Amino acid sequence: MNIPLELVSVQTDDDLSRVRKAVSTCASSLSFDVMSRTRLVTAASELARNMLKYGGGGVVQIEKLRESSRVGLRATFEDQGPGMADTEKALTDGFSSGRGLGLGLGGARRLVDEFLLDSQPGRGTKVSIATWVRNR
Amino acid sequence: MDRIPIAKIGSCLFATIQVDMHDRLALALREDLGSELLRTQAKGVLLDITSLDTLDTFIARLLAGIGAMAQLLGARTVLVGMRPAVAMTLVELGLTLEGVQTALNVERGMALLEATR
Repeated sequence: MNIPLELVSVQTDDDLSRVRKAVSTCASSLSFDVMSRTRLVTAASELARNMLKYGGGGVVQIEKLRESSRVGLRATFEDQGPGMADTEKALTDGFSSGRGLGLGLGGARRLVDEFLLDSQPGRGTKVSIATWVRNR
Repeated sequence: MDRIPIAKIGSCLFATIQVDMHDRLALALREDLGSELLRTQAKGVLLDITSLDTLDTFIARLLAGIGAMAQLLGARTVLVGMRPAVAMTLVELGLTLEGVQTALNVERGMALLEATR
């Protein structure tokens, strides 16, 4: 069962702080450990920045994931930008269409448990990341 | 607009990043450090990031840029107070902070700058 927690619109640089704060607050409320929370917030920051830079802004939806034996957090980044033709290439370290280091997308993928990228030229981009709370 | 205050201690510039470092604040810090280095002829820059709970590639790149700029202006940059989780995340992202040295805390960072003056 998924429970929506927050919806953040990303239109300016300042909204990136809002995304980080929202993800951090939600992660804390689900009792994520510091390491998992830091990874998740960093990945969210990268993806929100990508969305702003390449997709002309968009929305971030944060949800709580609840399965029978575990709890997690999912953040979905959706824009109506130009999209990308080759999603595999976009995930390769060092590949960048902008002036960045090309570590954003591939880097974000390494920081979370689940990563889904859905994009087509002319149809925008949707990236979804999820991490589960570690059982202690 | 908000700005991060820069203090001069001995021959070093010192700035503490207290808040979530948004992009404009980071860019303003770089600009301010540049003009302060020129004005004070400081030999070192100490940046305290104890309060930062995340460091994404944009901010990391900007901090590395500050290090490179300071170097061109004759000063060394030491970054102190990085949280273990932030350090681990940087490693996982595949980022290296070239141009800046790091130290555990302000005291050790100061000692590092003083030792090699």
